[in-house]
Amino acid sequence: MTQARTMILAEGLEKRYGDRPALRGLDLTVDEGTILGLLGPNGAGKTTAVRIFATLLKPDAGRAEVAGFDVVAQADALRAHIGLTGQYAALDEYLTGFENLEMVGRLYHLPRARARRRATELLERFDLVEAGGRLVKTYSGGMRRRLDLAASLVAEPPVLFLDEPTTGLDPRSRMVVWQMVRELVAGGTTVLLTTQYLEEADQLADRIAVIDGGRVIAAGTPDELKARVGGARLEVTVARAADLEAAARLLRPYGDGSLHVDREQRRVVVPAADGPGLLAAVVRELDAAAIHVDDLGLHRPTLDDVFLALTGHVARSAEAEGPEAAPMPMRRRGRRDEA
Amino acid sequence: MSVTTLRPRTAVARPSRWGRLARAVADALVLAQRHLRHIPRNPELLVFATIQPVMFVVLFRYVFGGAINVTGTTYVNYLMPGIFVQTVTFGAMMTGIGLAQDVHQGLVDRFRSLPMARSAVLTGRILADMVLNAFVVAVMLAVGLLVGFRPQAGVGGWIGGLALLLAVSFTFSWIAATIGLSVRTVEAVQSAGFIWLFPVTFVSSAFVPTSTMPAWLRVVAEHQPFTITVNAARGFFLRGSAGAEGWQALAWCLALLAVFIPLAIAAYRRRTAA
Repeated sequence: MTQARTMILAEGLEKRYGDRPALRGLDLTVDEGTILGLLGPNGAGKTTAVRIFATLLKPDAGRAEVAGFDVVAQADALRAHIGLTGQYAALDEYLTGFENLEMVGRLYHLPRARARRRATELLERFDLVEAGGRLVKTYSGGMRRRLDLAASLVAEPPVLFLDEPTTGLDPRSRMVVWQMVRELVAGGTTVLLTTQYLEEADQLADRIAVIDGGRVIAAGTPDELKARVGGARLEVTVARAADLEAAARLLRPYGDGSLHVDREQRRVVVPAADGPGLLAAVVRELDAAAIHVDDLGLHRPTLDDVFLALTGHVARSAEAEGPEAAPMPMRRRGRRDEA
Repeated sequence: MSVTTLRPRTAVARPSRWGRLARAVADALVLAQRHLRHIPRNPELLVFATIQPVMFVVLFRYVFGGAINVTGTTYVNYLMPGIFVQTVTFGAMMTGIGLAQDVHQGLVDRFRSLPMARSAVLTGRILADMVLNAFVVAVMLAVGLLVGFRPQAGVGGWIGGLALLLAVSFTFSWIAATIGLSVRTVEAVQSAGFIWLFPVTFVSSAFVPTSTMPAWLRVVAEHQPFTITVNAARGFFLRGSAGAEGWQALAWCLALLAVFIPLAIAAYRRRTAA
């Protein structure tokens, strides 16, 4: 296997706004043709990092290279090789979709005819052909996002920065954006994506860097990060409390020896190898023993669990505001301390 | 940590071999085209830019004009060059509002991530506002002719007068840019951009001869750049040449540009650096 090339590199990046530190020694690398998910709560430093990589902001200390260019010393040359989609669609409301893309192409110094051809191609690819002649102010949120993403691809940049690309999108539009990002990476583009959505990082990213308080506190593949919290668990809730002992005896062989019985919830939890056929075998045995079951399932830890385990606090999602905002009960089962 | 970054795999965007200046001009033209496309789609812009000077013409020509005595020409001939200069100064304030909106919307972030000349965000906007101003001046000229304006200029006078108006438009756009990029909200730019223009345009020779003002005010009015510029415009349109006041007006424009171009650029940097 050949050594993958590093397309994004940060070493000890620091940035302060006044006396508030935003980045405190950020290190990361992203290999060519992969997606790094930069995952963290609001204020963790995700956007600051992206703005430094995209040459919008100069770091106070440390250094960063993108596509082989230093983001400070070679900022001018670097800009021809990156695309940026920020948190808010950066489009001109009073231009049409086509005119927006053409303008961006001209500003990348494509000749006029090529800028137009490229705009047409991108409208086709992003399913905006019909809307291409309409003013952007008439577009829906999902269409704006698609056009914004298209605008960052005009020059076919080898490195793409997506800062919370699906924040505020409905689920269908989110899936569309995800699909487009996957296609780009399949074509060799390197992507750095920031997100607050654990599911998004899990779905898209080859590697995840969890960022909190301006530095990376954990990095790895989604599976590696989940493994740090523990493996899958088999959870069975029986209908009658009297069956708990029998169920525990029956389930013990499926786990690694340890077993947890929660009498109040009438639930038995066993750390389990995530083997195919496991659930079916368990169902058959419980049925044969005439144990009635309310709920039964194999639960893998989510990135929520990872985040909680790593930082000691819950990752805030966009809709959960207060400090009490706990993860959904379903997800809470994945906590390490219950296993 | 091993540092094995690479050189770019392709020259994606055909980095141009033109000089920096040619690139800056090309980028400014692309952005000027962007702003000019807005005008027919957002006609309020043009309507508001035109209605106010038309109102001034009607007001001064028919309401105040009868009570104002000028020597050597008719009041409407005296008035119109002042209206032209006032029109381009007020019109130039659009630059500040437009820039404030761009910065507010995050569009400037995209521009700054592109391999374009950063100056184009300012110069493209200013160029477009000069075109808009030229159009509004043409409308005002037509309005002036309708109400009795009879310029006496030859070709040289027309060229001089129009060039002066464009120079004023350019200069005041840089002042507007400085205000627009220094004030926090678009609404604040709208008032901060115009409020100081009223004393500047009225304490001048634009609408009335300064000879009727109290002595202390007359000193201010006669020596301030707006008066000099209006007098120069009068010279071009009514006599075909502006003489010393033409050069003085040009000197004022250059002096203001020497101050406000660096200020506007500094404000732009400060505003976009966070």
